[in-house]
Parts: sequence; C-alpha cells; structure tokens
Amino acid sequence: MTPLLQVRGLQAWYGATQVLHGIDFEIPAGAILALLGANGAGKTTTLRALCRMQVRTAGAVAVDGVDVTRHATADIVRLGLAHVPDGRGTFTQLTVEENLRLGAYTRRDRAAVDEDTRTMYRHFPRLDERRLQRAGTLSGGEQQMLAIARALMLRPRLLLLDEPSFGLAPLVVEDIFAILRRINQASGVSILLVEQNAVLALELADRACLIETGRVVLSGSAAALRNDEGVRRAYLGQ
Amino acid sequence: MEDVLQQVISGLATGSVYAIVALALVMIYQTTHHVNFAQGEMAMFCTYLAWALLQKGVPYWLAFAAATAIGFVVGAAVERVVIRPLAQAPVLAVVVVFIGLLVIFNSVAGWAFGYSVQTFPSPFGGGTGLWGGMVSAHQLGSLVVTVALLLLLFVFFRFTPWGLALRAVAENPASSSLVGIRVGSMLALGWGLASAIGAVAGMLVAPIVFLDPNMMMSVLLYAFAGAVLGGITSPVGAVVGGLAVGVLENLVGLLIGNELKLSVALALIIGVLLVRPAGLFGRVSVSRV
Repeated sequence: MTPLLQVRGLQAWYGATQVLHGIDFEIPAGAILALLGANGAGKTTTLRALCRMQVRTAGAVAVDGVDVTRHATADIVRLGLAHVPDGRGTFTQLTVEENLRLGAYTRRDRAAVDEDTRTMYRHFPRLDERRLQRAGTLSGGEQQMLAIARALMLRPRLLLLDEPSFGLAPLVVEDIFAILRRINQASGVSILLVEQNAVLALELADRACLIETGRVVLSGSAAALRNDEGVRRAYLGQ
Repeated sequence: MEDVLQQVISGLATGSVYAIVALALVMIYQTTHHVNFAQGEMAMFCTYLAWALLQKGVPYWLAFAAATAIGFVVGAAVERVVIRPLAQAPVLAVVVVFIGLLVIFNSVAGWAFGYSVQTFPSPFGGGTGLWGGMVSAHQLGSLVVTVALLLLLFVFFRFTPWGLALRAVAENPASSSLVGIRVGSMLALGWGLASAIGAVAGMLVAPIVFLDPNMMMSVLLYAFAGAVLGGITSPVGAVVGGLAVGVLENLVGLLIGNELKLSVALALIIGVLLVRPAGLFGRVSVSRV
C-alpha cells in the first residue's frame, strides 16, 4: 500500500542558506509521526517545505502517490494537507466562525461543512462560546484550538502541527493533546507533529524521527525512541 | 442657514465620489500595502471608454455597465502584469511604477480621445429644482448610486466566500494559501473590484467636472486625503473620510472663500492627523522588530 505521505531526499533553502539536507520519512494513513529535535534543527522548515511555503525546496514529496514537488501551496492543501503553522496562523481580525468557514474554503459540500462546524464546537466548547468574537481576542490556548479546528474543517487526510504546545499552560496542552488523540481515532486523520516537548510528542505518536541540522539521525517507533539512551539524555531530560 | 445646508448636501454628493475612490484606494492598500496613485487615471480612462460608447449611440446604462466591466478587467490586468512581479520589490520601486502608470493612462487617454474638454451626460437628467433648489437631480442620483454600491460591497465582503477570502488574504496571505485560497487570483479580484468602482466614481463625477484627461487629479487628491483622514486601514473610515472632505471643502469655500478651500481643508486634515496619526477609524498597526 502506498503511504499517505512519502518524503525522499527533501532539501530546503532560505535564500542561499540550506536548512534541510535530504530528509526521508513516510506516514501511513491514520498514523501519527512526531518530528523531534532541538531549536533550529529544521523541524518547522520540514513542514513548510512539504507545503512549499516561504521556502525553496528540492527532493520528492508524494501525497497518496501524487508527486507534489511542483504544486503551489493552495493545490497541495487541496489534496488534503492541513498545516497549522508556528504562530498558529489564525486570522486575528476575523471572527471564530469566519476562521472556521475559511478552513472549509475549498469544500462545496455545505451540509457536511455545517455538520463539521458543529462537531468542532463539540470538540472545543470554548470556541462555541466565542463564535462571534474576533480571533485576536482569544487566549493563546483558545487560538491554538481555533487553529486546529480550522485545519480540521478542511477534512484533511494529513494534519501538520507545528508546536501546538508552544506558550500554553500544561493543563491546556493536555487538553489539546487529548483532543488530537480523539480526533485521530475517530476520523483516521494522520498527523505529523513537530514538538519541542518530546515527552508529550512520544506519548501521542506511533513513530518518531529525530532531526539534527537538517538530517534525520534516528527514526523508529515512539517506544523505541523513548528508550533510546541518547534521546533520553538529550531530549527527555532523564 | 439655507446656504450652509445646501453646501452640506452638495458636499455630500461630491464627497460620495471621493468616498468611492477612497474605498478603492483602501481596498488596494489592505491587500498590497501600497497606495495606487494611478487609481484616478484608471477611472478617467474607463470614463472615456463610456463616453466613446455613448458617442456611438449606446444607451447610458449599457455604456455604464460596459465601462465598469472594462474597469474590472483593466484593474485585474494591471495586478497580473505589473504589480505581481513587483511583490518583493522595494516600496520606492512600486511608487515609481504607480506614477508611471498614472502618466501612461493619462497620456494614452489624451492621445486616443484628445485633450479638449468634453461634456459627459448625467443619467439623472439636468434637473436642478429638487427640494426648493437645494439639491440637483445628479447630486441625489450620485448619492443613491454610492449608497447602493456600498451596500453591494458590504454584502460581498460579509456574506460571500470570495469576500471572506479577500479579507483573509488582506490580513494574512501565507495563512490564506494554507486554507487553499489561491492568493494570486484573489489579489487580481481585489484589483479588479477597486478599479471597477473607480470607474463608477469617474462616471459620477464627469458630469460635474467635465471630461478631460486630468479630471481625476484633484479627485484623487481629495480621495487620498479622505482615506488617510478616515484611516487607510478602514473601509468605513474611507467612506466617512471621503464624505467629510467633500463637505469640508464646500463649507470652507462658503465661509472663507473658494481660493483657499483646498488649502484650508487639507490643513484641517493635517490637524486631525497630528492628533490621530492612524486616522479617525484606523488601527495603529504594531509590528515586531
């Protein structure tokens, strides 16, 4: 079976500076993969390179066997990749409801979109209470929930999450990770998770890759990485 | 007192034209963060096309619709051909391009249609006597068209997916492409709309100022002042600012004299901006350095 996402020799540059030096990994449908690594290792760049956003790339990326190396960002999104960028990328001047409507911008099945909107409000009751508020007035945790809900409104096959725990209180983070697990189990959406918090990431993920200076230096099942001596010392603080 | 009321009403009528052009400027500014100095000349050019159609005996509203549609195409084409390649260019380069466009549209219109002043008909007739001579039929008609246009734009931006997408692109192009919006097409759409409503403004003002290649110069200046007064980041502000400039211009003309009306009106605007640099309705944008 072809994996949902297949990445071969992915390289990326900001201007003349090469940040990724040939990354390989794949994600089967329904799986959760975590990308671990220190600051500046290239995790965020990997997500951007997959969507061909703000970065020049080389190498092969295939979504469900379709080569997307020459696609524009909007067209990759239309294949079912929903990216929650770092800094969340919510539209702060628009209301919560408008943000969700934008998430479903490419969809034409209006009844199902309405149904999904209700589902999001069930997953995230806080957003329901703030429907008509501008997104910029939400707390950090609420904005992160909105960013994830907006991405799910696409009915994506793959959800790319960039540091969903960043800047949030531990309880809020736990909430969000519990919801992610529920959504993954309920709808079978695959998740590619970039996370500084390796403990959390390895709890949620099935598999993980460790990235250092733009290369994958270690990959395996989440359990295997949890027990790896180097990972334990460098990333789990044990 | 009656004089004052009359000047206010006619100020609202010319102000409505400033308001439309100001709105066009704001629409472009919101999506590209540039002021399109050629906005007025593009509108003038479309007005000439309407005039040419009218000369051929085309009915007024058909010519009006055609010129508006051509305005849309011209705006979208300018975005595609000239502006998009300059997306990463320094501000000054873009300013030069806009000034270049201004001169090009101006001289092409002069070359194609001549520099002599032409009359442009009003669809509302030449009636002058409404409400005891307070307001002309054309002034009233201009106000009605403006209000209708503003309502249409409001509905478009508030209730259609395209309008929502345009607002999204104006705020955050990168996130917009992440929800599958084709940002380039939306920019072209925004430019087309701005240029189309500019054309409407041109056709509304031409019966008053008469048609010649320079007719939009002062309109653009007033509209720009209105947009900045209201706040260049605020569509509502642009409309209010445009109307305010129109009324102010007339009242200063009545109370102080026509020679100084431009200077005094602009001095007042500068005064407001000294106190509120972001304009009456504008938001102060804070960017991290």
